[in-house]
Amino acid sequence: MNIDKKITDDLVANDISFVTTVPCKQLAGVIEEIENREEIFHIPSNKEDEGMGLCAGAWMGGKRPAIIMQNTAIGVTINTLATLIQYYRMPLPMLISYRGELREPVACQVEMAVHTKALLAQMNIPTYHFHKQSDVQELDMILKYTFMCNKPVAILTDANFWGGYGDQ
Amino acid sequence: MIRSEILKEIAPILRDQLVVCNIGIPSQELHAIDDQPSNFYMLGTMGLASSIGLGLALSQPKPVIVIDGDGSILTNMGTLPTIANNVANNYILMIIDNGSYGSTGDQPTYTGKKTSLAKVAEACGCERVIECRDVDTGRVLQEALDSGEMTVMVVKCDSGNAKMPVITLDPVIIRDRFMKAVAS
Repeated sequence: MNIDKKITDDLVANDISFVTTVPCKQLAGVIEEIENREEIFHIPSNKEDEGMGLCAGAWMGGKRPAIIMQNTAIGVTINTLATLIQYYRMPLPMLISYRGELREPVACQVEMAVHTKALLAQMNIPTYHFHKQSDVQELDMILKYTFMCNKPVAILTDANFWGGYGDQ
Repeated sequence: MIRSEILKEIAPILRDQLVVCNIGIPSQELHAIDDQPSNFYMLGTMGLASSIGLGLALSQPKPVIVIDGDGSILTNMGTLPTIANNVANNYILMIIDNGSYGSTGDQPTYTGKKTSLAKVAEACGCERVIECRDVDTGRVLQEALDSGEMTVMVVKCDSGNAKMPVITLDPVIIRDRFMKAVAS
């Protein structure tokens, strides 16, 4: 299974046509796939809170958005999640590279990893953790759930899910 | 002129357009001067008006006017390269540049000192950037609408706020009526 293609296919099947990204090495393949898909307008953002603003506008303009980012961005976007996405009740699937988990080579990444789920729980954000490749089978349902309830929803994807990080 | 005087003057132009308005006193002033369902008031999240407006402009064909401030652009400076590189010709970013953080007590910003947002916007790649005086805002805004080109306006004006009530509309109502105005 090509995981990058599978994820992108699920986005397209759920009518998601506006995707903003802040890159992570683990996400490089899916970002490239999104860039190459005609059905999706890909707009890189410089910071994740900026990206959430773009997504909010796109949704009010009639498009289904998504953001792709690293878990460190949870530290950047707490205020935006609370006062924009949640306060105005907007749907936002967040496909998140979960750095600092098993098979992580960079120690500093663990420092935000240990806070990630606690912060998401504190924010009452529905959170799913993809650890094995087969977990991706739930993505379609998670996307439908997100646009059913008009909430931000986190999909954490760790190094094991992506098939390892480098030679670790 | 201060911001509220500018907003009063351009209210007839704004009335028929989709407007995304910056957090704090700017939204309170616009709401009090001429509340419209086609106004999206930001109640929180400093800095993101320009990003919300860009996402909106890229996703539907109607013109979008963003009323932003110098302080909010400074806090989300990364917005300008994104705007420049994703051209939406139905997008007008109007930065009311009064050189101060109006909603928090008029503390000075760097745009009242050495920093030129018009030059920053140009350096970021924005192609139609117009810095104007407060008294010329209406004319420059109408020209921007007529041009059919993405425009960044930097309106140099005086620091100061009008006393207006806090917006008590529920955010979901603001958003819902705005989305209906977008879709109408």
